[in-house]
Amino acid sequence: MTAKLHVLSSETNGESQAAMAPRPKEGHLSIENVSKTYDPEGARVVALHNCSVEIAPGDFLAIVGPSGCGKSTLMNIIAGFDNVTEGRVLLDGQLLATPTSPPKPGSDRVVVFQNGALFPWKTVLENVMYGPLVQHKMTRAEAEERAMDLLAKCGGLDKVAASYPPQLSSGMQRRVEIVRALINEPKILLLDEPFRAMDTVSKTTMHQHLLQMYRTCRKTIVFITHDLEEAIYLADKVIVMTSRPGTIKSTIIVNLPRPRTPEMMLSTDYLALKAQAIASVHEEAKKAFERGEREHA
Amino acid sequence: MLKEGAMKAVEASVNNSVVDPLKWHRRLPKLNWRGGFAVGAFLIAWHFLVLLKAPGFKEISSPVEVLQTFINQYLGNPNYWNSWVASFKRVIYGFVLAQVLGIPLGLLLGTRDTFHKLVYPVIEILRPIPPLAWVPISILFWPTTELSIIFITFIGAFFIIVINVHDAVRNIKKEHYWLALSLGASSGQVFRRIMVPSVIPSIAVGMTLGIAVTWNVVIAAEMIASDSGLGRLTWEGYVSHTVPVVIIGMISIGLAGYLSTIVVDYAEKKMMPWRTTR
Amino acid sequence: MEASWWKNRKFWLMWAGYTGAVVLWYASVKWLPIESFNRLPDPWTVVWEWFNPNPAFGISIFTPNYYVHILYSVYRATSAFALAVLLGVPLGILMGWNRTFNAYASALVGFLRPVPPLAWVPLAILIFPGIEIAVIFVTFLVAFFATVMNTYVGVKSIDPDYFRAAASLGSKPRDVLRHVIIPGALPNIFTGLQIAMGAAWFSLAAGEMIAAQYGLGFLIFEAYNLIQFPTIVIGMATLGIAGFISSAGIRVMGNRLMRWREQSFGLKG
Repeated sequence: MTAKLHVLSSETNGESQAAMAPRPKEGHLSIENVSKTYDPEGARVVALHNCSVEIAPGDFLAIVGPSGCGKSTLMNIIAGFDNVTEGRVLLDGQLLATPTSPPKPGSDRVVVFQNGALFPWKTVLENVMYGPLVQHKMTRAEAEERAMDLLAKCGGLDKVAASYPPQLSSGMQRRVEIVRALINEPKILLLDEPFRAMDTVSKTTMHQHLLQMYRTCRKTIVFITHDLEEAIYLADKVIVMTSRPGTIKSTIIVNLPRPRTPEMMLSTDYLALKAQAIASVHEEAKKAFERGEREHA
Repeated sequence: MLKEGAMKAVEASVNNSVVDPLKWHRRLPKLNWRGGFAVGAFLIAWHFLVLLKAPGFKEISSPVEVLQTFINQYLGNPNYWNSWVASFKRVIYGFVLAQVLGIPLGLLLGTRDTFHKLVYPVIEILRPIPPLAWVPISILFWPTTELSIIFITFIGAFFIIVINVHDAVRNIKKEHYWLALSLGASSGQVFRRIMVPSVIPSIAVGMTLGIAVTWNVVIAAEMIASDSGLGRLTWEGYVSHTVPVVIIGMISIGLAGYLSTIVVDYAEKKMMPWRTTR
Repeated sequence: MEASWWKNRKFWLMWAGYTGAVVLWYASVKWLPIESFNRLPDPWTVVWEWFNPNPAFGISIFTPNYYVHILYSVYRATSAFALAVLLGVPLGILMGWNRTFNAYASALVGFLRPVPPLAWVPLAILIFPGIEIAVIFVTFLVAFFATVMNTYVGVKSIDPDYFRAAASLGSKPRDVLRHVIIPGALPNIFTGLQIAMGAAWFSLAAGEMIAAQYGLGFLIFEAYNLIQFPTIVIGMATLGIAGFISSAGIRVMGNRLMRWREQSFGLKG
């Protein structure tokens, strides 16, 4: 197993051992006492209860929790697809969401979706150029140049620029989607369980790609997952959420050095963090599972 | 997996689209006041366009006039209700016959390869001929008008159900067969447990489309070639230039079609207990 | 592949099927001792009439009148269909896009749609000046409802994530319409157009039988009245061919416009 991981890492890390990009000035996200209640047809459901998170510019935050713990709700609020019932969200001191303001998505917080949302009717290149073009930030020629440049930097994706997304593997699709987000120079990159449906090997490869992108063009990242190991391996800070109502159970600071390599997953530091996280998640998962069993009975 | 179901329900009800199958009363749409307003506006516009003798409306009667004629001359008129019966009879015969013959044919076409290659091209040639183009030949062939109208009605629904069942059989996943065979199912069991449930949704679609076409065909055939039925009623209204009758005929036909759709929908729900939402 | 078409089992079976059908037709008309069948024209008479420079009943591929009827029908079907697409697609998109608009429009559509288009024939003749427009109107009506409903379903079936992605990338409503709604609904729109085309021919044939002076539907019914039985079958066959060609045309156009689909899923036209 070690040998295999090693091969993988040298393959993907070989091309760039560049130093960490400096911390960006923008991208400070603060979520303050946010609650969210759904009340359709009289069945009140508290999806989030009094959640507060602070993310410094350029930090990599992972949110972990069992299915249905409200992590997607939290992401929808940050992305501006949904509003809050209580509390507020600030980005670099500007109000993003309050209970009274309508939800407002924007290209400063681009989302990469769980099931992928590349437009299947546009080629890879057209998909990547889409953001800058509809915002009139670049001319067509500029957008194309920039898009090809970014695609090339992200592991030779320029070779598939003329393909349509469904022709690519899911790993490639996800990377293209990340490029489509990055070309807008967002302050925050929101990743909603992007590697959920992948096998272990492609997932490991994708982790390396993501880490390399993070190293070269550093952004504030909010990464949602149900996979603890993935969260600890990638992030600076891991938030563990509990379900119904969704609250923040614990925060784990990951002080593993960067650049991260797959071998780190065997280090004592990593294992200690993992043990700590598992302990806090386990009882939650168990509770949720039992509740689920009861509901379905 | 834990609470996927629950969460999905929350998400979906936020999108306002999921309905709890157990609580049937929630299936009733909320009173759509906008829709009511639109229909009301339509009726009022109709009324005033007639009153003002707008171009094209000179010979049309107003909704009030139509309603009066209906109540005074038709509500208690057995001839009117006989038209309903006549049309319904034709629809039911044609429709049921189409299902009874079309479903087995679709199954055969979908499962027997040689038969498919032999017969399907012929069906492909006959299918684009509009059902009503069969009217003269049908009158020629069948001894009575009644039979020829039923035949044309049958044609209208027949090809639809054949094609739908055929496509459904061909689209059954190979894995389902393999699974059944590896569990030691007999061919009879494969037919009952795999084929039939996989085909039922398409039969339902074919029935929904079929019933609409059937009404369409019956009405036209009655106009062309019959002396009874709602289509005839409408046509006689036109020939005798009594416009309220034309409109009463149209509304009755619409209502009859709508009622049949409700019945077909109900039958479909009974056929597919595992489908909770549509 | 092309060189071995004569080895292809499918090919032979297909022709065996056609031949069998024609023989069955001939046999039942000529030899079956059932009067119903004997009244029908046999295939040989039909083909003889159809391709005869001097047809017994005045209609064959050599007579200009045949083409006049075809042109009339094609003209009516095309104009009704074009009108249906021009009005139906935007209406369907608007209904799928805007909930408030949909609340108004779908009630009206639901109110008018249960009336079968052919029941409109008498009223249409009364409302419109001239039978020509009435027949086109009735044809238009069916095609229109099919187009609207399918376009609406098409917009509704677009994955909501595409809308979110578009919003997240800074789209204005205009961009969403152009880059998400229209391409996303296109597959369903084209399904709808095919259905609409079939429906248009369906009701055109009936409309022409009931009320017109020219056209293939009229030809069929006229031939019946004048006891020119082979001409009935010629008319039916021509209608079938016209319907088939027009829906094949739409399919080809759809595949052109949705090349992304063909490439991605290996769909072949």
